[in-house]
Amino acid sequence: MTQPKCQDPVILNLWHPLAAVSETPAGVVAETVLLEERIGYAVDGAGIGAAWRSRRDLPAGSSIDVAAVADTLPAKIAYGYIWTSLGNPPDDLFPIPEYAEADRRRLNAATMGVNVSAPRAIENFLDMGHFPYVHTDILGAEPHTEVKEYDVEISVDRDEILATRCRFFQPMASTVSTGGADVDYVYRVPHPYCSVLYKSSPVDEARLDVIAIFLQPVDQEHVRAHMMLCVLDDENEDKVIKRFQQTIFGQDKPILENQFPKRLPLDPRAETPIRADKSAIAYRRWLSQKGVTYGVIPAAS
Amino acid sequence: MLDTAKTRWHPIAASSDLPFRHVFHAQLLGREFAVWRADDGYVNAWENRCLHRGVRLSIGINDGRELKCQYHGWRYSNRTAGCTYIPAHPADAPARTITNRTYPAVERYGLVWSAEEPVDEVPAVSGLAEGDLLVLRGIPLNAPADLVADRLKDYRFQPSGRLDGAEADVTVEAAGAFSAALCSRDGDAATLAVFFVQPVDSGRSVIRGVLDSRLEGAERLAVLRHHNELLSKLRDTLERDAAQMPAPAPIEPVIERVSPELAEMPEATPHGRKAAIRVQVARKWAAADGIAGFELRPIKGLLPTFQPGAHIDVHMPNGLIRQYSIVNGPGESDSFGIGVKLERDSAGGSSCMHETVREGDVLAISEPRNNFPLRRDAVKTIFVAGGIGITPLIAMAQALKNQDLAFDLHYFAQNEAQLAFPERTGTLGMALKPHLGLSPEQTGAKLREILSGYRPDTHLYLCGPGPMLEAARTIAAELGWPETAVHFEYFKNTKVIDDSSSFEVALARSCMTLTVPAGRTILDVVREAGVDMPSSCEQGACGTCLATVIEGEPDHQDVYLNDAEKRSGTKIMTCVSRAKSARLVLDL
Repeated sequence: MTQPKCQDPVILNLWHPLAAVSETPAGVVAETVLLEERIGYAVDGAGIGAAWRSRRDLPAGSSIDVAAVADTLPAKIAYGYIWTSLGNPPDDLFPIPEYAEADRRRLNAATMGVNVSAPRAIENFLDMGHFPYVHTDILGAEPHTEVKEYDVEISVDRDEILATRCRFFQPMASTVSTGGADVDYVYRVPHPYCSVLYKSSPVDEARLDVIAIFLQPVDQEHVRAHMMLCVLDDENEDKVIKRFQQTIFGQDKPILENQFPKRLPLDPRAETPIRADKSAIAYRRWLSQKGVTYGVIPAAS
Repeated sequence: MLDTAKTRWHPIAASSDLPFRHVFHAQLLGREFAVWRADDGYVNAWENRCLHRGVRLSIGINDGRELKCQYHGWRYSNRTAGCTYIPAHPADAPARTITNRTYPAVERYGLVWSAEEPVDEVPAVSGLAEGDLLVLRGIPLNAPADLVADRLKDYRFQPSGRLDGAEADVTVEAAGAFSAALCSRDGDAATLAVFFVQPVDSGRSVIRGVLDSRLEGAERLAVLRHHNELLSKLRDTLERDAAQMPAPAPIEPVIERVSPELAEMPEATPHGRKAAIRVQVARKWAAADGIAGFELRPIKGLLPTFQPGAHIDVHMPNGLIRQYSIVNGPGESDSFGIGVKLERDSAGGSSCMHETVREGDVLAISEPRNNFPLRRDAVKTIFVAGGIGITPLIAMAQALKNQDLAFDLHYFAQNEAQLAFPERTGTLGMALKPHLGLSPEQTGAKLREILSGYRPDTHLYLCGPGPMLEAARTIAAELGWPETAVHFEYFKNTKVIDDSSSFEVALARSCMTLTVPAGRTILDVVREAGVDMPSSCEQGACGTCLATVIEGEPDHQDVYLNDAEKRSGTKIMTCVSRAKSARLVLDL
C-alpha cells in the first residue's frame, strides 16, 4: 500500500470527481491527477467505471475491459461523472434528487483547470456580492449591489451547509423578461469541495434549475472544476446552455487565480468578513470543525 | 547571504511605471505591492491584497481618487487606504478601521522607493541631481540581489558622449550590498552610472540604473540601447551562474492578521467626545457671501479616512464644539474642507470661526463620523440642499459623479453670491440645479415639482434649515416617497427639550441600573457610570450617540430619527431623548 501524498484523512475518505462520463470514450484508459497522484480511469458504455493509481500496464489511450481491471480504487458513476476515492469513502454520495427528474437537461457545462484551492472556489460559488462586478450585466449590474439578508444553517443530520432566502437583482432575469428582477437562490454545500445551487427557473416559476460545482483537487492550490447543469430548458441547444456557464466561470477564473494566499485561511482574523459573507463564514467554520487541513491554512490552535 | 533587513530602503518601481490611472504590481523581499499614483500626484504603495477576500489590488481599478477592488467593488481611499464604501451593504458606513496595510513610497532619482519598516530617509547619492537624470529600463533577472550587486562592479560601458569608442576607463566610485556607482571616462567625456539592485525575492532581482545627465531624442535612445545591450549580456551570464548554485529558500512574507473587531461583523468604533487630531488652517477664504471656507491640514501624519456625508467636531479656541460636514470629493485625503456660515444669532461658534480663527491657527478636531451615509445603489439620487446644507451633499454628489451614477443636486439659496464652493459644484455640470430667491411658497411648489413621480430605487437626501426640511419631508410623504428612501440631516435641533421627567435606565450588556433625574441626560448619567459612549452634537441632530432600546417606551426629542424609526421604539438618541415608561432597557 503506497502512502498517499495527501495526509488529510477527511479529504482522503471523500469521493472526488475525475471526469464527465459524456466526455470519456468508453473502454479507453484516460489519466488525470487527484490529490497529487496520477490516476488512471475508464468507463464502459453501460454505466460502469473504474479508477486506479496510474500504472505502466494500463497506459493512457489503451483499450480496456472495464469490468476486468484488478487492483482498483473505489469508483462510482454519479450525476454524469466518474468519482473515486483514495481512502474509505461512504457508500453514498450526497443526494441531488432533482437529477432524477425526467424532463431536465443534464449536462457537463465544462471542466476547467483553475490555479486555486478547492475551498476558495467553493466560496466564490457561494458568493453573490461579486455578481455586479465580475458578471457585469449577466448575473448583476451596478448600481444594484445590495446583498439582502439571507439565512444560513449547518444541518447536523445531513452534515451540510444550507443558505436560503438568498435574493439578488439580475438585470435580465430571463430571456422572456424585459427588465431586471430579484432572482431567488438556494445554496447547499454537502461536501467540502462540492456545492449545489438552486435558482429560479425562467421556464417554470414553481421549479428550480440546479447548477452544481464539483471540484477535483489536483493539489492544494490547483483544481479541475466540473460544472454540472440540471436545468429546465427545451429550446436551446446544448452548446448555448454550456456557453453561458462557461462565460460565467471564465469571468471568475482570473479573480480566483489572483487570490492570495491561494489556500483558504480558516483563522477568523485572516480576512475581513461582512454580513453578506455569512455563508462563507459558516463554510470556514464547518471546515475547521471537520478538521480539514488540505487546501486550507488551518487556524492556529 | 542576502541582507533581508526590512529597515533598508529599496527601489520597487520606476516613476515611469506609474502612468495615468495604472496600478503597478511590485515586489520586494517576497512581498507584493500594489503601487498607484492618484490624480493629485500622491504615490500609494499598499499590500497587494484586498482585506476582504485576498484578491490582488494590482488587478483593481485606479479611478484617480480611489482604488476599487475587482471582486466586490470595495473602494479604498488615496493616501489612507481606508475603505470608503462596501457595495454589498449600501446603507451602512464601513467601519473606518477597515484599512489596507500601507508602506511608505518616496520618489527619488526617477524611482519609487519603499521598505517595510524604514529607518531614516531614502539615502542621498552623491553625483545624482534630481531632475537631471536618465533612468534606464529596469532589468529583471533570476539571480539573487547580492550576487548581482557584486557583479555590477565589473560592468563596463562607454560614457554617454562617446558611445562609438571602446577604450573607456571605468572606475568603481562606491559600492554597497545593493548598489554600485561606476564612472566611465573616455577622453573628455565622463558618465556616472548608479545601479540599484532591487531584491524581488531570495532568487530574483531587478537592476535599476540611473545615469547622471538627462538626454533627449536620438542621443537618449542610443544611450538607452547601449546599456540595454550590455545589461542584457550581464543578465545572461548572471542567470547562467545563478542556475548552477543551489536555489535559495523563498522569502515568506508574513500576512498580518486583521484586528479582532474586523474579524466579526464590524460595529461602529468611535467613542467619547474626543478631539484627537490636530490640524492647521492652511487656507481660509470666502466660499460664498457669509460663508467661510476652511482647509484643515494635519500637523503630522495622515488624516483618517472619511466617507461622503461625514462630519467632524471642531473644538474652537473659545471652548465651543461645533459639527461641520466635510466637503471633500473621494480620495482628497490630504486635508479636510469645511464651510461655516456666519449665523446672525451665533452663540459664539460661527462668529469665532469667522472672526477669530485665522490661517496658520491650530485646531483640534475629532475623527470623521458618518451618520448620514450615502447609498450608491440607487438608479437615481436626488439631493436637495438649502443654504449651508449644501456641505454634506457636495461631498456625496462628487462621489456619485466620480462613479458616473445618476443624480441631481437642487441647491436653494437667496442669490448667486450665496452659492458656496463654486469650484466644487462647477464640476458637477448639468446635475447642479440652483434655485435662487424663492419664497417659502415658491420653494414648496418647486419641491413638489422635483419630488413628483417617485420611482423605486430613487433616493432623496435633504440637508438645510429646519422649516425647509419639514416641508420637503411632508411633500415627499404626500407624493408617495417611502420613508426608507428619504434621508435627511438637520443642522441643529430647534425643538425645546423637555427634560423634566425622571426614570430608570437599565444597561443590558453592562448589567447596571441607573436613575436619570430631571435636568440630566441619559448620556451624562451613562458616562458618569463609566460606560463609554460616543457623542458629537449633543442636541439630537447628528446621530452619533444612538443606542438600541430593548424594552420600554422612548420619549423622542431628536431630529435625527425618521418617523418610522421613532414609531418602532427600538432606537434612541441618548443626548436629548428620555423615557415615557418608568424604565428603559438599552443595549449598552
